Amino acid sequence: MVAVPEAPPGVPESQVQGRNPWYLAWLRLRRNKVALGCGLLFVLIVAVCLAAPLWADYVAHTGPNDNHITDTVLIDGVETDIVAPDGTPLGPGLRGRYLLGADQNGRDVMVRLLYGGRTSIYIGLAAAAVTTVLAVVVALLAGYYRGWIDAVLSRVLDVIWAFPVLLLGIALGTALAIGGLKLGVIAIAGDSIWIPILIIGLVYVPYMARPLRGEILALREKEFVEAAVAQGMGPLRIMVGELLPNIVSTIIVFFTLNIANNMLLESALSFLGAGVRPPNASWGTMIADGYQMIYTAPHLTIVPGLMIVVTVLSLNVFGDGLRDALDPKARIRIEANDAGRH
Amino acid sequence: MARFIARRLLGMVAVLFAISVIVFLIFNVVPNSDPAARIAGKNADPDLIARVNADLGLDQPLPVQYVTMMKQIFTGQLTSYASNRNVVEQIWEGLPATFSLCIGAAVIWMSLAVLFGYLSAVHAGRFADRALTVLSLVGISMPVFWLAAILLYFLSFKVQLFPTGSYVDLTEDPLDWAYHLVLPWFTLAVLFIGFYSRVLRSNMLDAMNEDYVRTARAKGLSERQVRIRHVLRNSMIPIVTLFGLDFGMVVGGGAILTETVYNLPGVGLYAGEAIRSLDLPPLMAVTMFGAFFIVLFNTVVDVAYAVLDPRIRLGEAAPA
Repeated sequence: MVAVPEAPPGVPESQVQGRNPWYLAWLRLRRNKVALGCGLLFVLIVAVCLAAPLWADYVAHTGPNDNHITDTVLIDGVETDIVAPDGTPLGPGLRGRYLLGADQNGRDVMVRLLYGGRTSIYIGLAAAAVTTVLAVVVALLAGYYRGWIDAVLSRVLDVIWAFPVLLLGIALGTALAIGGLKLGVIAIAGDSIWIPILIIGLVYVPYMARPLRGEILALREKEFVEAAVAQGMGPLRIMVGELLPNIVSTIIVFFTLNIANNMLLESALSFLGAGVRPPNASWGTMIADGYQMIYTAPHLTIVPGLMIVVTVLSLNVFGDGLRDALDPKARIRIEANDAGRH
Repeated sequence: MARFIARRLLGMVAVLFAISVIVFLIFNVVPNSDPAARIAGKNADPDLIARVNADLGLDQPLPVQYVTMMKQIFTGQLTSYASNRNVVEQIWEGLPATFSLCIGAAVIWMSLAVLFGYLSAVHAGRFADRALTVLSLVGISMPVFWLAAILLYFLSFKVQLFPTGSYVDLTEDPLDWAYHLVLPWFTLAVLFIGFYSRVLRSNMLDAMNEDYVRTARAKGLSERQVRIRHVLRNSMIPIVTLFGLDFGMVVGGGAILTETVYNLPGVGLYAGEAIRSLDLPPLMAVTMFGAFFIVLFNTVVDVAYAVLDPRIRLGEAAPA
């Protein structure tokens, strides 16, 4: 048996013919060790955060929202105040309880970090799913029907796009936090994390829908669509069965990078008090809480921020690798997706 | 050409109108955000609430309220529900700080992004390229407010190299003005340096394979001349587009996070305060102000494209 052919460059065309494109993409991705490593790192972070209850129950013996302002903890045989009388919380140290120190309420920062990671990543993923579904639907409808449907949808995208992202997010977040959201049968409480999820999901729709619409418009002119029409396929079948599979690779790349952006926007909204509601932990709210004590207890700000940087960086590098693998000619350009983060 | 510009301007007005209606609705349809109840205090009797409502015109039908508010914005009469101060005046007062922050940051981010992107592309695949790529990826993966907080802690508090926030007016003391703004400028610029240098790098790498570059080389130009006069210049177009849009966004109160952490009394800080007290008039004005800049720069970019490329004028709008 000959070895599995490596992907181009330098490989004769004959050897790669007949391979399906996903397999070729995988071969290219496999060679990009850095991107692969970052993908694994993200999975690892998710796994560790999912294990939060284990750490809380068996190592730290305290929950993420349990206050211990007046309690003490045994460190090297000495009873130590978790929060000193002057308000300074315990710093990090090598031990099971309070590995990363305590915050101003005497809560275990490590436990909160793990639970907060769950919230932040969950919001990132769920909001990316919301954005992707909305953007794909808008792109398919606008790109397939063109004409007035395209005109209307494009104007709606224009309006969302022209909104200062952060202002829109904060305005919605603050307003909805008071009364919650009631849309017919769906009712969301004001402190639900679905409020930031929906806000973030909505805000980034134009950034994904516009390029996808462009791709659909181009595909719409291709012969295979004409052939599908000639075979008598209905619009829905053409959109889902013919057009959608052709933009899947773009969607995957956007989805990955969108998670990263969502996590950053979540942290910004939470920092400004319009995202995740206290006492629930997310990395953004942890920075917001910690920032009030930055000069006396800098670890409260530094640690959750580092987690955001590492997680978002791993997603960005992996997403880049994915794009190079799925689309070696870099047809997909993800530019200008930096809105709302200044 | 005139027709194209007229069409774009009309679209701009329509978008601004839609945005103002949305902001207005967010605050009126959402339950429990009744401003009168908040102004009158916790235990206010219904009479007082009714009087506040009448004072503010909140007992009028929504469309009337909307028209009144818009009129007030454009005549500069709008006052805040929370502080009773004139909103347009306060935005006006925030402009020097916001413009100082944004223009300075823009100069830094454009020059460093072009420098890094250029070096990265020229040394593609080698150490300098890898190092710059890592740096820019880290730059775009950092929450801006976190970077600001960390810089404040280490450079202002620990080492005491820079002041801890606040703003000094340019007319008061130009040196002190710049000294106070170094950290905010850098903080705001980091994200854009990361983005732009990466975009520029990939554009330059694409452009290097173009026929006109081969032609330039064949003419006997030096490698340096080819890179700067042909490759770089042509690769700058998308960067300039991005710049137009981002600058509009940053000026339009988009720098809330940077202004908040460094305590710069700009439009963003004002917006942040208004949002926390759910104060509709300033929010309305700031959002309109921000959207105006975004839409304005969007339109400027479109028109600039149309001037450069006649195909756009006749057909579709310019690519973003």
